[in-house]
Amino acid sequence: MNKDILVCGVGGQGTVLASKLIASAYMANGETVHSAETIGMAQRGGSVTSHVRMGEAYSPLIAQGGADIILAFEPAEAVRNLSYLKKGGIVITNNVPVKPATDSLMNSGYEAQPMLDYLKGKCDCIVMDGEAISREFGSAKFYNIALLGVAVASGRLGLDEADIISAIENGVNPKFVEVNKKVFAYAMNM
Amino acid sequence: MRKEYVMGNGAIALGALAAGLNLVAGYPGTPSSEILETVAKYPHDGVHVEWSVNEKAAMEVAASASYSGARTLVTMKQVGLNVASDPLMSLAYVGIKGGMVIVSADDPGPISSQTEQDTRMFADFCRIPVFDPSTPEEAYQMIQDAFDYSEKYKTPVLFRPTTRVCHAYASIEVKDEWKAKEYEGFVKDSKKWVIFPRLSFANHAMIEKRNVEIGDDFGSYSMNTVEGSGSKAVFASGISYCYAKETLKNVPDVKLIRIATPHPFPEQFVKDALDGVTEVMCLEELSPYIENQILRLAGKYHMDINVRGKQTGDVPTSGELSTNKAADILCDFLGLEKTSQVDVSDAPALPVRPPVLCAGCPHRASFYAVKKAMTGRKSYFCGDIGCYTLGNAMPLDMVDTCLCMGAGITMAQGFHWVDEDGVCFAFVGDSTFFASGMTGVVNAVYNDANMILCVLDNSTTAMTGHQPHPGTGRNMMGQFVDKVSIQKVLEGIGVKKIVTVDPLDLEASVAAVKECADIRGVKAIIFKSPCIAITRPSGKMEISEKCIQCKKCIIEIGCPAIILKDGKVAIDESLCTGCGLCSQICPVGAIHDAGSEADKASDAACACSNAATKAGKGGTVNE
Repeated sequence: MNKDILVCGVGGQGTVLASKLIASAYMANGETVHSAETIGMAQRGGSVTSHVRMGEAYSPLIAQGGADIILAFEPAEAVRNLSYLKKGGIVITNNVPVKPATDSLMNSGYEAQPMLDYLKGKCDCIVMDGEAISREFGSAKFYNIALLGVAVASGRLGLDEADIISAIENGVNPKFVEVNKKVFAYAMNM
Repeated sequence: MRKEYVMGNGAIALGALAAGLNLVAGYPGTPSSEILETVAKYPHDGVHVEWSVNEKAAMEVAASASYSGARTLVTMKQVGLNVASDPLMSLAYVGIKGGMVIVSADDPGPISSQTEQDTRMFADFCRIPVFDPSTPEEAYQMIQDAFDYSEKYKTPVLFRPTTRVCHAYASIEVKDEWKAKEYEGFVKDSKKWVIFPRLSFANHAMIEKRNVEIGDDFGSYSMNTVEGSGSKAVFASGISYCYAKETLKNVPDVKLIRIATPHPFPEQFVKDALDGVTEVMCLEELSPYIENQILRLAGKYHMDINVRGKQTGDVPTSGELSTNKAADILCDFLGLEKTSQVDVSDAPALPVRPPVLCAGCPHRASFYAVKKAMTGRKSYFCGDIGCYTLGNAMPLDMVDTCLCMGAGITMAQGFHWVDEDGVCFAFVGDSTFFASGMTGVVNAVYNDANMILCVLDNSTTAMTGHQPHPGTGRNMMGQFVDKVSIQKVLEGIGVKKIVTVDPLDLEASVAAVKECADIRGVKAIIFKSPCIAITRPSGKMEISEKCIQCKKCIIEIGCPAIILKDGKVAIDESLCTGCGLCSQICPVGAIHDAGSEADKASDAACACSNAATKAGKGGTVNE
């Protein structure tokens, strides 16, 4: 079985940790995994993507039209990367927008809702209530784990709760394991 | 053996360790930086690891170690090879004893670089071998082979991964342990190790003869491969091979020829592979290197073959390739049907996200202080390579030029010589100052230029991932060493006016700039404040109800932590570091440190007087 997962967001949102946890969960299940990260200038508030490829793969990058799942930390980034989605694939996106730093200077008029409406009209789409996550846990830093919770609950990742829990236990700073597990459980049941 | 899930750069490092590495030297640069860091992170008994002051220094440190029989690795990004080209060109003539591999990571796109130069062309220019890995798995093995070839032919060899190989992750089988090579030590022989015109003449002839042998030898190298058959062939190297495989995995009637050793070109191998082929497509990024080699062979051997690639307009001449671009090119070439994708042409307008200086970045404060101090005066702002190149963005707009490492300092002098009325500034980071800024300051003092050097000293090499440098007092062997003082370096060079100031103290910073602008000669301001990514935030700011919505804080400094929320100016607490620059700009004193109540009380008192005197001005801004 092959699974291609494109994780996208804005530099600083924690996309790398999400992709690492998915990759390590697949590997713990004995799968071959390739992945690729955005590193460099774009990390400073730019658009970033992580590609996770489970199964046979030559290129470390997913082809446009090849992703089974787009896991988006930000609605506009989901739209920006939508051409990567395979026909029949699914977009799982956070609904909280990150306005570009230039937005307050030159109001771009960017709002999340038109992006979410567009996604729903184009493909299978699950929208995560990011506001609820930050309200419940007091920080936008938990979107990464929460999105994993929603993705696992969707049944489309090919991973179950225990797989991600053990990836969190092995891959997250021990100080934050407990809170991350709580976030994950909360998101699973959203 | 055990499995490790590592980045391509990690695979290169572990491969080098497995090959018995004795010394690694490099200078940070995306996409190469993690190679040296990985060596430092893993057990490396008997291996000297250093961030050298620049790529030229790294090359030279490694050269003499290699003369002594040690196995050495040098790491840099492709533009770093320009800096190191002086020793490398000569080293190619002199040769080495212990295996010496120079990793020069290319950056098609470019994604984080100034140029789209191609290290394969550099190898041809230097007349030395180059290896071109396609994947992290391959890179682990290939770098070990590169050490062997280097020692066999007593020549430095280049190894050029590209960004997508450097930053790809894969599971690789690595040795459980490794041992540094035992080496003989330097054997004095001035006829061999001292370069003179006569030696260069003799060695040049030897090298050209040897390169033919290496090309033949490469013909049997396991990673130069031919797959499939047919009258059409696709040439690929590096990551393009992976892109080609994605399209060609189920296409039987085409030959896929991979060139893992572009120079010396494995001529006989390619000639044999082209038997029965009438048309080829050269799928490569950066320069049309393979394409030119095939054209050369076609001419040399009178081959009746149609060579397609960049020079026929089939392959883009700039930018990186992708699985999809490769698929389009190959489908056209082979008459295959293209797969369709989700049509996103009707998507709503997307926000543009240019990279910006982080919230709380002290560089923002330094640029702003200079901007304020120079309002109404003709000035030139020469930038340099690092995070602070981002000072070009609106609303700061404080970078007029950026060329290459250290260039800002000397370019500021050039502006002075053609316009003596302008105030000429050079902005340079601390790591860049050490790498290639110091000689420029000597040039300024010696030639009596009139300029202001602004050293943006954030105590790290921030853009490439916070590597230590000579000013930090730490090195890659884990030692605490004497800090090289920028102030003392400048004093030693003879800079008479040197001011050190905290850029987050706006008033003092503006005063320092004004003072320096009125003095003739070479002046230096050291804006000293640590990178926010390596220090704890000092707190958070908050906006009180006194805010008159003039938006001056947004319009003047563009900090990502100051946002508009429901049309009102607000602080994004997840980003704010409490640097306080905005509070020094607010005309009504409405921005406070959210931490201390005492601060709030005194700020509130201050705000009242500010509001009384400056409300009119604030109103003007709002209009």
